[in-house]
Amino acid sequence: MADTLLDIRGLNVRFSTPTGDVHAVKGIDLQVNKGETLAIVGESGSGKSQTMMAIMGLLAANGRAEGSAKFQGQEMIGLPIGKLNRIRGAKITMIFQEPMTSLDPLYKIGKQLAEPMRRHRGLSAKAARARAIDLLKLVKIPDPERRVDSYPYEMSGGQRQRVMIAMALANDPELLIADEPTTALDVTIQAQILELLVELKQRIGLAIVFISHDLGIVRRFADRVAVMRTGEVVETGTVADIFANPQHPYTKMLLAAEPTGRKAPPADNAPILLEGRDVDVRFSMGGGFMGGKKLDIHAVDHVDIRLKEGQTIGIVGESGSGKSTLGRALLRLNHGTGAIRFGTDDISEASRQEMRRHRRQMQLVFQDPFGSLSPRMTAGQIVTEGLLVHEPQLSKSDRDVRAIKAFLEVGLDPATRNRYPHEFSGGQRQRIAIARAIILKPQVVVLDEPTSALDRSVQKQIVELLRDLQAKHDLSYLFISHDLAVVRALSDYIIVMKSGKIVEEGSTDQIFDAPRESYTRELMAAAFGK
Amino acid sequence: MSEMTQTLSEPAAAVRGISLWAMARHRFVRNKAAMASLVVLILVAVFSFGGTWVYPHKYDQIFPSYVAVPPSLDPYPLEDTLHQVMQTAVERAHLRLDTFNAEGTTYTARISSDKPIDPRATRYLDRPDEFDASEITSTLDDGKTIEVKGKINGQYFPVGTDRNGRDLLPRIMVGGQVSITVGFLATFVSLIIGVTYGAVSGYIGGRVDNVMMRFVEILYSLPFMFFVIMLVVFFGRHFVLIFVAIGAIEWLDMARIVRGQTLSLKRREFVEAAHAMGLSNWQIIRRHVIPNTIGPVVVFVTVLVPKVILLESFLSFLGLGVQEPMTSWGALIAEGTTGMQAVPWLLIYPAVFFVVTLFALNFIGDGLRDALDPKDR
Repeated sequence: MADTLLDIRGLNVRFSTPTGDVHAVKGIDLQVNKGETLAIVGESGSGKSQTMMAIMGLLAANGRAEGSAKFQGQEMIGLPIGKLNRIRGAKITMIFQEPMTSLDPLYKIGKQLAEPMRRHRGLSAKAARARAIDLLKLVKIPDPERRVDSYPYEMSGGQRQRVMIAMALANDPELLIADEPTTALDVTIQAQILELLVELKQRIGLAIVFISHDLGIVRRFADRVAVMRTGEVVETGTVADIFANPQHPYTKMLLAAEPTGRKAPPADNAPILLEGRDVDVRFSMGGGFMGGKKLDIHAVDHVDIRLKEGQTIGIVGESGSGKSTLGRALLRLNHGTGAIRFGTDDISEASRQEMRRHRRQMQLVFQDPFGSLSPRMTAGQIVTEGLLVHEPQLSKSDRDVRAIKAFLEVGLDPATRNRYPHEFSGGQRQRIAIARAIILKPQVVVLDEPTSALDRSVQKQIVELLRDLQAKHDLSYLFISHDLAVVRALSDYIIVMKSGKIVEEGSTDQIFDAPRESYTRELMAAAFGK
Repeated sequence: MSEMTQTLSEPAAAVRGISLWAMARHRFVRNKAAMASLVVLILVAVFSFGGTWVYPHKYDQIFPSYVAVPPSLDPYPLEDTLHQVMQTAVERAHLRLDTFNAEGTTYTARISSDKPIDPRATRYLDRPDEFDASEITSTLDDGKTIEVKGKINGQYFPVGTDRNGRDLLPRIMVGGQVSITVGFLATFVSLIIGVTYGAVSGYIGGRVDNVMMRFVEILYSLPFMFFVIMLVVFFGRHFVLIFVAIGAIEWLDMARIVRGQTLSLKRREFVEAAHAMGLSNWQIIRRHVIPNTIGPVVVFVTVLVPKVILLESFLSFLGLGVQEPMTSWGALIAEGTTGMQAVPWLLIYPAVFFVVTLFALNFIGDGLRDALDPKDR
């Protein structure tokens, strides 16, 4: 075909590991045409990123690629580095997930943009700077003449991702590979970045390979979709076809993975379990031994919150809105002020020792199932650690029995309790973290983005698990998330936060069906594409 | 270690997990250079510590006949010198040496005189270290000629002797014992102090951290030699003093490394999770912080051991370390350098052992780093 830009045939990627070869990509065929957007969707470990890395010659040292990938008729696999460099970075460029770490913090934006242009195209310093400003204009960074001299730390995550896109466009590429470019961004920013990509595609006829696990984005953005699972392409087709008439059961499962259902609110006369009045948290940064200027951040700004028994309050907001800080302040894990009552006890001034008594009633589950489990302890030790503190009379075998029970309760095989966290998948790890919280039989669990790091289908399972546990143990949840779909499925009351303040609060139906504030509406629009 | 016993005592039905340690061990075992170095290090240690038990010479035993003899695989005295030694001994007795034959560990000689020979004259033959147990086998020529048989006292000095007539090999063994012991003990001392201090300082943070780290910086600013000389002046030269001096300096680096690790660990969610669970500060440090700093710490330890051995050598070189007749590799090398041209083996052999050990330790350190931190590759 004349308009085929990238033609992948029988591509295999293998990684050699101490325990044997891992076959990450199993002989896939894919075509990208000029000016089209191909979305590759799949869950983590499906090989979607490795496919593109193999083409770009960016595999890890223990990886090997076999097969064929022709870019405009030029075979890319096995091309020597020198020739490869003439294609990658010039004709094919890439943007990555993490805008915070992909820019060098020591150089000004303009310099980072200009350097490759001077190197590859021999532009003068002045011409390169002018081109850098043009590019910043193209990616819609306000006031590009001034921003060209900023350092990366002076820019927000969305702006950095724009700079990354500008960098990718510097050499007029024909193919842009975007590897989850919006995953690390807030929903509203995410929408803006996608809009920018769509516009660029139309203006300069760019072909885009868009790697994502988020079907909502793919639906709005892509022309064609390839669904990958465990290294194989299970289905390809146009967006309309795939979404309207999925053939493969896996695609159907992915499409149905959006968490569903709603939670009924607790009885009106349910007692208040955890109450915070006028909660206020400030952080001061800087200022050391020798003094120095201090920077105050007002993370939570005089917030009131009431959690009833059996209730789930969803706290939504973008990063930096203070939602996590509020959750921790209510558990007295940071230095906030304000009156906090747990049941009938005022715990706002409780010391560490006094708090220890309450700790077992108030548990916390974290976002990152990889970071929240100590890598040097077995899953069983992690789960039973709280018992050491709160039920020190238990013997080792008693604790083991409790661990087995907790494992069963969260749907894990108890035989795996002597394994270490790195031997579990993300979803299983999150189950371990939940087991650790519920083994103490708490009353309140603060769930800080417990599903954000997980694949959609796993998310759905965790949401169902949380729902079951709540019904079984009469738990009250404080559910912190930026993912409105999950919040809608789990909460009966919602608080919308922005810059430390509550913007809007109300029952789930109220917030989702009739948002009053423009900020809430903006969040909804970005999340559900309405 | 309670973790270990717990894992072992659990019902057999449960699947045993592969810990990070097991994975690191697996990677280490596959590293050929590191494994070879480990074998070399063990051999050097066995040689140093076991050698003194089986080797016939003591490290402080003096052989007046063999001062500064060069290394040789043949026993001393060498056959061509024996004749000369016998000649001298016979002349002392105012006799004549007619023939002399050395065969392995025995010799035969024919001695004559103008007058009949008094049989007691043979005791002159036993005087030098080289000969022993002489006896007259036959008397000829009316007693004017005798035939004598005796033993040759063979002594092996495979790496020669020093200028006091002491065998160098047991001295290298003893020196190795001292160097390796100091290396590992001083490292162990600095490990215990440094890890505890650094973890506490980093975990508590704030003002406590500030004060504790400033204290470390004050100690850093003390010149090491000045510190050692002070200790020696006040307490005299003593073996233990070396541990104290080296340990007191080396834990500072360790404390800094562990503190840095702790600062980043402190922000990790599993530490916060432990806090939310109600664990006390000390429990968190012991259960969550220290085990997770072990990776970089182990690597630093393998760098520290050779560093400490070098430091001890340096102190011994300056004469502030162990005292004669006790010795260490550093002291031996120091001795060797003074007579480099005339008696080079005094420098070469201790230096070979020293360098081989340092190489092995560094390769092991390298292997451990790769094993514990595979992402760096």
